[in-house]
Amino acid sequence: MGNKFEIAEDKKQELLKEIKRYKKTPGPLMPILHEAQRIFGCIPVEVQKIVSLETGVSIAEINGVVTFYSSFTLSPKGEHIVGVCLGTPCYVRGSQTILDAVKSELGVNVDETTEDGFFTLEAIRCIGTCGMAPVMSIDENVYGEINVTKAQKLIREARSK
Amino acid sequence: MFERSHVLICSGSNCISRGSKSLRNEFEEHLSNLGIREEIKLVNTGCVGLCEQGPFVIVYPEGVFYAQVKNKDIKTICEEHLYKGRIVEKLVFDEALSDKKEVKAFDEIKFYSKQTRVALRNCGLINPDDIEEYIAKEGYHGLGKVLTTMTPQEVIDEMLKSGLRGRGGGGFPTGRKWDFALKNESDQKYVICNADEGDPGAFMDRALLEGDPHSILEGLMIAGYAIGADKGYIYVRIEYPTAIEKLKTAISQATNLGLLGKNIFDTGFNFDIELRLGAGAFVCGEETALIASIEGGRGMSRNKPPFPAAKGLWGKPTIINNVETLANIPAILHMGADWFARIGVEGNRGTKVFSLGGNIKNAGLVEVPLGTTLREVVYEIGGGIPGNRALKAVQTGGPSGGAIPEHLMDLPIEYETLVQAGSMMGSGGMVVIDENNCMVDICRFYLDFTCEESCGKCTPCREGTKKMLEMLEIISSGEGTLEDIDRLEELAKMVKNSSLCGLGQAAPNPILSMLEHFRPEFESHVVEKVCPGGVCKPLIKLVVTDTCIGCTKCATNCPVDCIEGSLKEMHKIDTSKCIKCGVCKNICPVEAIVSV
Repeated sequence: MGNKFEIAEDKKQELLKEIKRYKKTPGPLMPILHEAQRIFGCIPVEVQKIVSLETGVSIAEINGVVTFYSSFTLSPKGEHIVGVCLGTPCYVRGSQTILDAVKSELGVNVDETTEDGFFTLEAIRCIGTCGMAPVMSIDENVYGEINVTKAQKLIREARSK
Repeated sequence: MFERSHVLICSGSNCISRGSKSLRNEFEEHLSNLGIREEIKLVNTGCVGLCEQGPFVIVYPEGVFYAQVKNKDIKTICEEHLYKGRIVEKLVFDEALSDKKEVKAFDEIKFYSKQTRVALRNCGLINPDDIEEYIAKEGYHGLGKVLTTMTPQEVIDEMLKSGLRGRGGGGFPTGRKWDFALKNESDQKYVICNADEGDPGAFMDRALLEGDPHSILEGLMIAGYAIGADKGYIYVRIEYPTAIEKLKTAISQATNLGLLGKNIFDTGFNFDIELRLGAGAFVCGEETALIASIEGGRGMSRNKPPFPAAKGLWGKPTIINNVETLANIPAILHMGADWFARIGVEGNRGTKVFSLGGNIKNAGLVEVPLGTTLREVVYEIGGGIPGNRALKAVQTGGPSGGAIPEHLMDLPIEYETLVQAGSMMGSGGMVVIDENNCMVDICRFYLDFTCEESCGKCTPCREGTKKMLEMLEIISSGEGTLEDIDRLEELAKMVKNSSLCGLGQAAPNPILSMLEHFRPEFESHVVEKVCPGGVCKPLIKLVVTDTCIGCTKCATNCPVDCIEGSLKEMHKIDTSKCIKCGVCKNICPVEAIVSV
């Protein structure tokens, strides 16, 4: 499981506050986990323990939920997220080749982070910009009509910024 | 004060990505410089639909449709159009000008003239952050009528009369679903809006949530009144941050005006809406999985019956309606069931929104009356295929649907006809596939998706999707045999018949429909070891033919530097280094590079 995840006190307090806020609403687990993911950037076992202690839900159940949903992660993401759209409209316009090239450019697979923690690569599913397919994104910025050469250029530019 | 012009700036996701966010600031600056800022109203709207041509600026009262607008164009629009009253013809969308250079009305533009906008009635027309604009467009009138003049049973009868069927894909009559829930007595009932749009190629619900969130709230409230629920949930994807923000704004505005909360319209009807965020699981689009997720567990489906209308959220009667279904409801109740039933055809009333994408000229959001043919959507609205390539198929229903081949393009879009053709209506993804696409590869793509998204509860889906994916990988790599194709078909039928929920039952649909219509394409992968679409990498090789003019464009743009050649000499690709990305093929001005 790698290194122990350090929990900063202020973040822990923030989580406790959120847990208190949601505890009384019906079905509190998902909203609490969304807050945990937002606060810590991931939900490792150390964070799951806090949620378990406060809600009385077993850690096994919490871990089951965390690992079921793709938006919850066990380890933190990189500083920047590179997304290549694998929605069908982008796929039929060749986005798989772009994803493959980005993988080799970054040296990581989908959902992995580069060794320096700078980029995490994600395969995203339709972000509603099919009019400019194929698309890729770096953080909030979306780039359309991408090809392999353009994708490489965008990543190199983002790294040098 | 009176504003003589309204300037609508499309702020749909596509236009934002193309840079429409900064257009407003440009307008603010130039209008202030000209001293006419107070005379002009600037409105950021939701998606206008014709995404390929964005960003859009539409100026009313003339209805001038400016397309592909850039920051630098705003000064001209302000000075010429808004200050001097002269339309800037060179910036107007080509098809919005007649031969005599007269500006055509919005609905005379070819892309829109075949469309009927019911669910999308306000998208691209109003500011979604302003409840007053929604009310000005008859918003909350339907709710008012329902609460003050109709009984729940009358609402349901009106819905049954309208003929509205679920727009999430299944097509179950909405009124009948509500009727079940009304008849199930309980101290507590719930209504849920399913906004967990999962088809990886569809963005109708996103556009509706971002462009007209109040229509969803109003639809949900009407549903609540009809079945006797005072609590509604909207289960929305976390991947849609803008939609979540718009919904939050809408809920708080409606609450402030007393349209949500206690004693609405002084009728004693109470209703609250809570947002719940999905966390990236396709299976949560399935009703029982969605309920499990709201309750705080893994989003796994369960056996039906009992249906949610009898035993749903926390064991109470619950109805779940999709975003587009709900968006139709206020219009039906306001305008009347008879009005709605005049749109579409017998058994398929009303309209359907599609996100048209893939290899099509006018990709975007379209809404057509049911009964419109696929050909009309692809050619008359969509403008056909770019580069005059041949249409191979239209894929509907996303990973749960199938591909409809070219010879069936005259089929009317109806729930039953699409199922008969081996596909389904689905939630509204419509992807155009042309001769340069490979059907085996597209099948593999969908199975890769469903395999990853299978919740793992039942064996046929968990193991079956994985096995089918493996078989497709073998076929697409050219290593398969004819027996593999037969075995794939057999397994697909088995998974379809024995899976627990809709995800597993529908996961084999792409395979079955593509085998039905495109079997020879599968066979050529295993017999001749050829990929007719030129897509499956193990089976293709890019080569330069002697039409090469030696322009060096391919070599300079190659991402792996595997093309050699001097200026004005024929180039050569080093196939051992080539990653077959096709950049060279697409950039070649004389089409000298081909895949063999």
